[in-house]
Amino acid sequence: MQESPKYWKGIEELENSPEFVKNALTEFADFLPVKESHGTSDATVAPRRDFLKLMGFGLAAATLASCETPIKKAIPYLNKPEEVDPGIANFYASTYFNGQDYNSVLVKTREGRPIKLEGNPESPITRGGLSARAQAAVLSLYDGGRLQHFAKKGAKIDKDQLDQEVRNALAGAGRIAIVSHTIISPSTKKVIAEFAGRFAGTEHVMYDVNSASGLLRANGGVLPAYDFSKADTIVSFDADFLGTWLSPVEFARQYVTNRKVSSEKRSMSRHYQFETNLSLTGSNADVREPLKPSELGEAVLAVYNAVVGGGSASAYTDKSKKVAAAAAALQKAGSRGLVVSGSNDPAIQTLVAAINQKLGSAAVDVAAPSMIRQGDDAKMSSLLKAIGAGQVGAVIFYNANPVFDHPMGADLAAALKAGKVRTTISLNDRLDETGELCTYAAPDHHFLESWNDYEPKRGYLSLAQPVITPLFATRQAQDSLLTWAGNPTTYYNYLRTQWKGVLGGDFNKAWDKAVHDGVALGSAAPAAPAQAAPALDVNAAISAIKSAPKPSGIELAIYEKVGLGSGTDANNPWLQELPDPVTKATWGNYVTVPRAYAMAQKWEQGDVVKVSANGKSVELPVLIQPGQAIGTIGIALGYGRTKAGKVGNDRGANVLPLAQMRNDAILYTNSVTLAATGTTEPIAQTQTHHTIMDRKPVVQEATLAQYIKDPKEVTEYETISTPDGPQKPNKVSLWQDYEYKNHHWGMAIDLNSCIGCGSCVVGCQAENNVAVVGKQEVINRREMHWMRIDRYYSSATHKSDFEEKGKLATYAAMEDPSENPQVIFQPMMCQHCNHAPCETVCPVLATTHSSEGLNQMTYNRCVGTRYCANNCPYKVRRFNWFSYYTNEKFETVNGHMFTDLGRMVLNPDVTVRARGVMEKCSLCVQRIQLGKLEAKKQKRRPKDGEIVSACAQSCPTQAIVFGDMRDPESRISQLLRREDGERAFHVLDAINVQPNITYLTKIRNTESSEFNA
Amino acid sequence: MDSIRLRPLSRLFLVLSLWIVSVGSSFAQGTAADPSKAGVAPGATAAAAPAAAAGAPTGDAAAIAAGDALFKGNCAQCHAVNEVVVGPALAGITKRRPMSWIIPWVKNSSKLVASGDEYAVKIFNQYQKQQMPSFQLSDAEITSIIAYTTSQEGVKGKEPSNDNSPKAEGDPTATSGGDAADGGKAMNILLIVLVVVLIVLVVTLVIIANIMKDVLRGRKDLDGRDMEVIDQRFDFSKIYKSTAVRGIVGTVFVLAVLYETIQGAMGVGLQQGYQPTQPIAFSHKLHAGEHQINCAYCHTSVYKSKSANIPSPNICMNCHSQIKTESPEIKKIYRAIERKQPIQWVRIHNLPDLAYFNHSQHTQVGGIECQTCHGPIQNMEVVYQYSPLTMGWCINCHRETPLNTKGNGYYDNLVKLHDSENGAVPFTVSSNGGTECSKCHY
Repeated sequence: MQESPKYWKGIEELENSPEFVKNALTEFADFLPVKESHGTSDATVAPRRDFLKLMGFGLAAATLASCETPIKKAIPYLNKPEEVDPGIANFYASTYFNGQDYNSVLVKTREGRPIKLEGNPESPITRGGLSARAQAAVLSLYDGGRLQHFAKKGAKIDKDQLDQEVRNALAGAGRIAIVSHTIISPSTKKVIAEFAGRFAGTEHVMYDVNSASGLLRANGGVLPAYDFSKADTIVSFDADFLGTWLSPVEFARQYVTNRKVSSEKRSMSRHYQFETNLSLTGSNADVREPLKPSELGEAVLAVYNAVVGGGSASAYTDKSKKVAAAAAALQKAGSRGLVVSGSNDPAIQTLVAAINQKLGSAAVDVAAPSMIRQGDDAKMSSLLKAIGAGQVGAVIFYNANPVFDHPMGADLAAALKAGKVRTTISLNDRLDETGELCTYAAPDHHFLESWNDYEPKRGYLSLAQPVITPLFATRQAQDSLLTWAGNPTTYYNYLRTQWKGVLGGDFNKAWDKAVHDGVALGSAAPAAPAQAAPALDVNAAISAIKSAPKPSGIELAIYEKVGLGSGTDANNPWLQELPDPVTKATWGNYVTVPRAYAMAQKWEQGDVVKVSANGKSVELPVLIQPGQAIGTIGIALGYGRTKAGKVGNDRGANVLPLAQMRNDAILYTNSVTLAATGTTEPIAQTQTHHTIMDRKPVVQEATLAQYIKDPKEVTEYETISTPDGPQKPNKVSLWQDYEYKNHHWGMAIDLNSCIGCGSCVVGCQAENNVAVVGKQEVINRREMHWMRIDRYYSSATHKSDFEEKGKLATYAAMEDPSENPQVIFQPMMCQHCNHAPCETVCPVLATTHSSEGLNQMTYNRCVGTRYCANNCPYKVRRFNWFSYYTNEKFETVNGHMFTDLGRMVLNPDVTVRARGVMEKCSLCVQRIQLGKLEAKKQKRRPKDGEIVSACAQSCPTQAIVFGDMRDPESRISQLLRREDGERAFHVLDAINVQPNITYLTKIRNTESSEFNA
Repeated sequence: MDSIRLRPLSRLFLVLSLWIVSVGSSFAQGTAADPSKAGVAPGATAAAAPAAAAGAPTGDAAAIAAGDALFKGNCAQCHAVNEVVVGPALAGITKRRPMSWIIPWVKNSSKLVASGDEYAVKIFNQYQKQQMPSFQLSDAEITSIIAYTTSQEGVKGKEPSNDNSPKAEGDPTATSGGDAADGGKAMNILLIVLVVVLIVLVVTLVIIANIMKDVLRGRKDLDGRDMEVIDQRFDFSKIYKSTAVRGIVGTVFVLAVLYETIQGAMGVGLQQGYQPTQPIAFSHKLHAGEHQINCAYCHTSVYKSKSANIPSPNICMNCHSQIKTESPEIKKIYRAIERKQPIQWVRIHNLPDLAYFNHSQHTQVGGIECQTCHGPIQNMEVVYQYSPLTMGWCINCHRETPLNTKGNGYYDNLVKLHDSENGAVPFTVSSNGGTECSKCHY
């Protein structure tokens, strides 16, 4: 019963649709794009005109070239700051928190402008990891769509005049509301409190786009802090804790600590996931079962009954063996067990809390709770109702856009338009959906221009400092509030005063250290309110679950995407183009439907359907999603912005109006009706692009049981038949081997640790000036990401099945697993082969091998034959079909490259590639060169860990290890020595290209039977 | 018969063409050797050779090495060991003052002056009341700097006699350029001798031929046909009409035109010799040449960054707040500061964006003198681009220059490996991968 999973990248491949076969054969969209610029009308005239144009251009170019070179200026500083040296990067610690996930960051600045965010290794919470969203935040600083001045009704207004008018208006406003997302800054809260003290009747209402209000209520007003590294059995009910739930970067690191294996440590946690949509977390689960949102309560109840026992019996464990198994595993794990749920239903969360309490779970901490979700759905909806009733005199929207991102946004918009609120002020960074309906706009600084403090978890503080002078005539929101409250101190001084109470000893010294480190221990907030009694007792929760209305028809589950999140950063092209980890779709949202349902409805991928609920509807294309629960569909929130800016406007549709409000809590589920519209809209997926040749093994996995039995048996190594018997492929070679005397750079990627979050993809994009190409070009399979994360679904076949059941039956059976396939992620970039097939076919030697093992790409030598891409077995080379920074076609997608402002984000050490040349991963050669130079200057060898590629650096789970394989003491050398013959393998080993990138086999903690399920 | 008779003629032609070619090639060689010849001149001033310390016996080697780096990074802008720059020469400082005085002075000189320390006040007044900035260095670091300066005392004087000093090794253009020039000279003499010999030969042959003709004319037993041959006159129009001659001349002409065109085309965008007028008539000759101010005093980041840094006016003001304040050129700097308008210098050295160049790699690590690439900057009233800055020029230097490996722990193993395998050949930049694409292009 040897198991050999069959891997497939998408439904098309599994079904071998004609389109897929065509694409797989051609591999490249091979027509020249020149004619795309012409309409059809002058198609016949074009060639002659083109010829003349070319002639003219040639003449002009020749004349120009013989003219004198333009005079270039060298302009030094007028008064050079001591710490800034041109050409040397400075790093400043800061903090990213955008109402969603918290990241402690280091800001890399060159000549005074931030060019990249990196994880802050000093942070006890994020530990040097960084989410994709935080990576991309540096680009939003240079977003031309930001409001660049104070405004009244959209027109520019003087700052002092605005202050005067606002103060007057607020003085007689009566009830004032400050609406924001979760604020975790203690000093900001103090500012708001001071504002409230000045204007009586002020209330501060926080809400969250992906609300955890139910979780808060179930835990008596506090958000438990979780530590996944302390759990051996993790049961998650629809909590996407690796992707979007609460603090994914922190959780990912903890989660993976317990999942890294070696022959010395042959144990790992077991992770059960019960969810509706196939999430990033579900993709990583050992055991996953799709279930409808309406079944979630029952499933939790079943586990509750099994673990706590007290409740009445549930039939659910009989229905689902996996739920029963999860319950049994939890009981066995005891305090090493953990249950989490992403549901916003207080009843479900009450049961979850009760289970954890019964288990005595060590992974749940309510004493030092998390602060990053404080939104209160009930308060928010009553405020919105009050606004609708005209009971509120003034509203200040502080970086909150409820018109777009609250289910009752349409009501709010109507109220604002009808003038139900006399004074409306927006502190948002742009005239967004809410901001444009406000009278006054006093735009806030970007966080990279601001001072601020944060307390993501009680006792853990963090600071943000400005790293660039404000680009626009904006003012920090806290300063605005202080000004209006009549406090003349600047927020910086205010902050320092606050911190005097936190930092002991010599304050100036301690403050400097805190600013330098970016993080500090201690608590700035007033003592935490004691945990109140939960809103519901267990029995009430059980009866609430039992009496919950049973929805009829198709159920909708609204989810958040790893890249775009709540949609605040919708105008960020890096996030728009980041492929969703699971669907691999970019630029817009869609309806994920199970395959069986699509087949029954005769829908194909890309057919636009109308989804209706609450009397509202959205029209979106269909994406067939394996693993989607039968009878459900999923739609991502955060899309459908209309006032985000050039990049973010009109991408997809806003699904939040379809959410339901029940008991003053937002439920991200609803029963919906679907209807085909007859139109189609292609979805820009990177999924089946760059198909790897159908050879195995590309990706390898095994079960923990197999690994415990014999670590040497988990990886399949191919051999080549020779006269001397079967040999390793590298024993048979035509080529001479390179000898590396100095360094030999390499990378090891642990598939067991990679969760597929995509942080490395954006990190690479920021570091290497990778162009954004837009939806159409992604559809044309011309995306430029140097690093991609291949996602494979697998269905198991049993070799014996072919004999027992016959081929046809076996193949037919293999289609079923797509209802709930196993998922495996594999980061893929240039493999820097020692016997690189690309190098031998380049007619101009533009791609060559270096004496340090790098496969070098020389742009200025490349003539664009694309032979190399054709010959690359990994399909990692990218061709510049266009001038992405001058061609007006890309102005809406790659817009930041069209302005001097946006170009400030470019890494000055990396060439911006021109049209017509090939590019690919360079293994961050600019960092290697810099690291070597620093070592040489200090007359020593580089230390291991000093030189790190951007992807390895940003990885929250440290799945990527980069280093010098010539240094026997380096982490990578030790890892490869340890894993040699066990988990270490090269992709497509048999073709003997000898890559410098090594992968480590994924180990799943599943029973053999579950593995194949 | 015909062919035999034609021989003298063809020989003459062969000689002529050989002569043309040889003269031409010697010209070409001459021009090729030019820059390398000129390269001998610079490379004698400014920053002390980093590894020269190895020769000095005093002090702990590690401390000296550390001191070397610290000195370059912090002190070299104002101090030299054996001469006065902005501040006093540091030679003999340990004899003048004890360490217990030096350390507080380096850490905070103004405090010492303010405290009324006699020596401190004296030295402050002596050097135009120019305050020495305070440095956040540890005691050990200051001690290592002093160890370094002590080891360097009098080194400059010794240097020229020290043939094996790394400096001589570090300036390969000098030796190899010299070789090329010498070789060229010998070749020229040889060619001139050859040409003279050939001309003598031709003249002799012509004379012999005439004598032979005369002899033959004297003989009576010749028939008409023979006479015809003898009386045949040398017809120049035949040369002109000969397809061979036309072909060769045509080919040579076409080749010459082609060569010139290609040379011209290759020169497009080259700015060697580019000497624009700058907004302020700053003279490197005065500052770097006559006053011997260390390059790194103004170009502050030349030892630590990829960019050498064009000084900002506040650096000018270190001296010019007191010196030559009335000069119209200096007033331009004042104006820039008053108006808050930075000075817009015209950039002379323009590398294309696709090429990555790092100053510190060459100065700090490679130990290359500024003049090696920038030419005799200390003699330039107005700076011009001395080197062609072409890729060929870069690559050539990387091929010929031995690595500056002495005392650098980075290279220790590499040198051993190289010596064990290929000891006879110098360990050049290119043999360590210094001509690979991604060393400069990424």
